[in-house]
Parts: sequence; structure tokens; C-alpha cells
Amino acid sequence: MFDFFTGHYAYWFTIILLCVGVYGIMFKNNLIKKTIGLAILQISVVLYFVSIASKWDATVTVLDPNIPVDQVANYLNPLPHTLMLTAIVVGVATLGVAFTLLIAIYNRYGTLDEQELLEKIQ
Amino acid sequence: MTESHLPAIIALTFVLFSILIPLFGLWKEKLCQPLAVLGSGLAASFSIYGFITYLKTGSIRYFFGGWEPPVGIEFVYDGLSGFFLLVINTVAFITIVHSGRLGKIEFPGKQMPYYALAMLMMLGFNGMILTGDLFNLYVFLEVASLSGYALIAIGTKQAPYAAFRYLIIGTAGGTLYLLGVGFLYTVTGTMNIIDMAAMMPMYAENSAVVAALILMVVGIGVKAAIFPMHGWLPDSYTYAPSPASTLIAPIGTKVAAYILFRVMLYLFGIELIDAVIPLSYLIGVLACIGILYGSIMAIAQTDMKRMLAYSSVSQIGYIIMGLSLANPFGFAGALLHVLNHAVMKACLFMISGNITHQEGHSDMSRFDESYRKKYPWSMASLSVAAISMVGLPPLAGFFSKWYLALGTVENSNWLFLGVIIVSSLLNAVYFFRILERVYMNDPYEEEQTEEVQQKAVEAATYNEPPASMLSPTIILALSLFAIGVANVIIVTAIMGFFPL
Repeated sequence: MFDFFTGHYAYWFTIILLCVGVYGIMFKNNLIKKTIGLAILQISVVLYFVSIASKWDATVTVLDPNIPVDQVANYLNPLPHTLMLTAIVVGVATLGVAFTLLIAIYNRYGTLDEQELLEKIQ
Repeated sequence: MTESHLPAIIALTFVLFSILIPLFGLWKEKLCQPLAVLGSGLAASFSIYGFITYLKTGSIRYFFGGWEPPVGIEFVYDGLSGFFLLVINTVAFITIVHSGRLGKIEFPGKQMPYYALAMLMMLGFNGMILTGDLFNLYVFLEVASLSGYALIAIGTKQAPYAAFRYLIIGTAGGTLYLLGVGFLYTVTGTMNIIDMAAMMPMYAENSAVVAALILMVVGIGVKAAIFPMHGWLPDSYTYAPSPASTLIAPIGTKVAAYILFRVMLYLFGIELIDAVIPLSYLIGVLACIGILYGSIMAIAQTDMKRMLAYSSVSQIGYIIMGLSLANPFGFAGALLHVLNHAVMKACLFMISGNITHQEGHSDMSRFDESYRKKYPWSMASLSVAAISMVGLPPLAGFFSKWYLALGTVENSNWLFLGVIIVSSLLNAVYFFRILERVYMNDPYEEEQTEEVQQKAVEAATYNEPPASMLSPTIILALSLFAIGVANVIIVTAIMGFFPL
């Protein structure tokens, strides 16, 4: 039982972050806090990808003459890490669009609190 | 020679024009819309050419940089993707032709960003359809979504708030999809769809694969607006500027539905989906609830755009239902409905745009009998599209529902058949309400007071929008007849790429 928790601690960490992100999106009233929740949700997935590709006693994926290539266990898997660079960029772009929209909302209604906003829209 | 590069050329057209439009737009803003028309027209003609080539010679796989698939990224141009490209690029071309005059009124001075973003969004959609790589699909999904949020936020009133809600829900959906892809990657060690599909039967009972499937269906379901995840759609389509909703409504949810087709039928295969839990039936039930809910909510609306938005929730349900049936008739019905609904919804949103352009509102309670004199062609197109939506024989809408009904009969699924029939009646309620307002009352009826009658006659002069807006509307309405007549040819082509 204890092994189940310690052996998979990276995954537990991902799950906790995922739950924090979903909580932020669903239950926070302030739109900035919702956006922060969204960022946490995205980062949790990025960390998941990073953690599945990491290995103990393995080196970076640059060919080393002393380490034979056919023993793949000696090298990290570079693909998830490179994919996550793209995912991080996507996340940054999403945050950029989100903050632009928030500025437009604030200029139009003068508030970022969801309850107040819904009352003003009515 | 050119044929083998066709998948890349179609996507490249949109890249090129999304760069050209800002460059020329800085010089002369008037050039933006013609350039967008040119770009989408080129892409549409490439898609038509590509589909003809597909029918002659079979599917095309384009390897980027010459790297073979498990290592490199590829674009796959097969029947399903060819068909979807043909539909979305042609409809996008016609809606961009239509949006020229409307755009000048609805967002003056924002032509350049609008058309550049429209091209970027089309790039995203084309990429999503063409790509053969699950992570690449995520990137294109976000390209399309981010430009979509911006297009919606150009609108007036609460458009930014509607776009923000869509952004939160849509990005959360995209992230769940990415997590699902991560699960699949840990199990199979590849991102390529064809490669992964070959390995799938080995992992039928693997719980990570089941979790991945659910995450991906939920994530893409948000974009496709399947019933419990549809909350963003009505507000976004209502408050977006008319050209943007005309562009996004017929295309956006279809592309998400395409990914569901690709993931469920081609990547996993229907046996594997139903191996652990009856997911296909579950999705079908959700689609049924969505069909009924969308229709009932559409009846309750007074604004035409909002009614059409709820109607979209309902119509996407048909496509998902056809997917969940997973037999050739359901598949053909769903794909035919993709085509029909894209044409019908584009036509209806164009009519709403035409009326907004001339009257400054799209409130159906203010429609009256004078409209049939003021807008004879728009109203005639509205009748054609509405009757097609309800599903009466010579028009396109009947045939997709017919094939869906055949699909339900083949699976002995009487619940779904009942839903198709009931929702057709509900469609009739909310569309014939407009037609009744416009056509059923006699403008010279004696019951009316002298003053009202006078007003109606005075107002009832020919008031159609300019030809650049009217002709796309009429062309789409006429094409509904053409699709209806040619349905056997289209269905035969569709049956040819049924995967099972």
C-alpha cells in the first residue's frame, strides 16, 4: 500500500495539480483566478509528460561514443520533452488570448468578478 | 507530381494567405477581403481536385521532410479527410464571399485582423483533418481554437465574456485530450494514428487505454458540443459578429466530430471501444438528449441567431448518433449530415446576416408579413433551408435523416429512431414559426387597422442586400436541391471509405 503511493509519487503529484486546476476553473468567481486554474491544469499535463520520459541513470539524448546507442536504457526518451516545449508555447498563447479577453471585459464592464459581471450583463 | 504534395499545398495556402493579408492590409485595408476570398477559393479548388484524385487513385500520405511515419509527421489524405476538407473549404469560401459587406458594418476598421484570423482558423481546421499524428492534432486544435476565440470576441456586447467562457471550457477540453494522448503514448510508444491503430488490438483490456479513450472523447466532445459539454456554444454563436458565426457555425463542430470519427472508428475500432464499457451506446444516448434539448431550447428563443445556435447543438447530435451506430448506414447518414448541415446552417446564418445588415436586428418576433415583399429571395432561401432542416423529401436534409433511420433499424435501436422522428417535428415547430410570420398572413388583410395596413404597404418595398451577399445565400439554397438529387452518388462515395 505504501509502495503504491511512494512508487507513483510523480503521478499523484499530477493528479493533485489536475484537481487544483479543475477546482480553480469550476469554483473560483474571479476570472483571473479561473485563468490561473487553467494554467495549473495545463502544467499538470506537461509535468505528466515530462515525468513519463525521465529515467534513473540515463543521460541526455546526445550521442556519446562511450555509451552504445543500441542500449536505449542509457538514453532518455527525448520525444515527450520536445512535445512539451510545444505544449508550453500553446499554453502561453492561450494565456495571452485569455488576458486580452479579460482586458476587453474589464474595459467594458469594470469588473472581473463573475457574479457582478452576470448582474451587469442582465 | 503535384498530387502527392496536395495535402501540404491545401494547408500551405492558408498559411500563405494568413501572412499575405496582414502585409497587404497594412497598405490597403480594402484588399483584405478579396485576398481572403482568393485564399479560401484556392484551397476549395485544391480540395475538389484532391477529392477527385482520391476517387481515381486512392489515398495520399505526405511525409514531412521525407521522414517515414513512426519517426516523422505525416498528412493523411484519405476518403474521410478528403470529404471533410471538401465540405469545410467550399463552405468557408462561400461564407467569406458573403462576409465582405457585412464585415464593413459589423467591425469597421478590423478587416485585417478578422480575415487573417479566419485564415489561421481554417489552417487549424485543415491541419486537424489532415494530420496523421495525435500530438500534431492537438497543436492544430489549439491553433483553430485560439483564432476562433479571437473571432468570437470581435463581436459587440458580451462577446468577450462569451469568448472567455469558451476559452476556459475549450482549453480544459484540449488539455484533457492531451492527457489522453499521453496515456496512449505511454502504452504504445508512438504518436502516429495508423501505427497506433495497428497496435491497438493488443491493448484491448488495458485500463490506461480505456481511460485515454474517455479523456479524448470528453476533450473533443467539448469542441463538438456534445450534450453536457455544449454550454459555451449558444452564447458564443449569438454574440459573435454575423460573419464569424456564419464561418464558425457550419465548420467548427463538424471538425471536432471528424476527430471523434477518426479516434473512435479508425484508431480504436468499434469492438475495442465497446470491449470494457458500452461507450458507443452511451455517446448515442447523450446525442439523443442533445438533439431533444437543442430543439426544445431553440423553440424557446426569440433571436434568430440564438435559435440557430441551439439548433446546432441539436444537429451535431445527429452526426454523433450516426457515429455511435457504427454501421454503414449510420456512417453514411452522419457524413451526409455533415455536408447537409454545413450547407443548411451556413445558409440560415447568412439569411440572419442579411436581415441584420438591412434591419439592424435578427429578432424573430419582429418578423412580419412585409418581409416577404422586402426580402423575397432571402425568405425563399430561408424556406428551402428550413424545410430541408425539418427533412422533407426532395431536399438534402431528408436523405441524411433517412440513412440515419436505416442505421437505427439495422441495429434495432428503436429509441434512437423515435428521437429522430420527434426531433424532426420539433424542428418543424421552430422553423415554421418564422415561415408562418412571413408567409401565412395576408398583408392586405381587412382586420388590420387602416394605419397598420398603410405602414405595411409602404414598408414593403424590395429591400434585399447587395448581390455579394444575396448570391451566396441563393447558391447554398439551390445546392440543397442538388445534394438531395445527387444523394445516391454521394452516399456511394461515402460507403467506399467505411472503415469496418
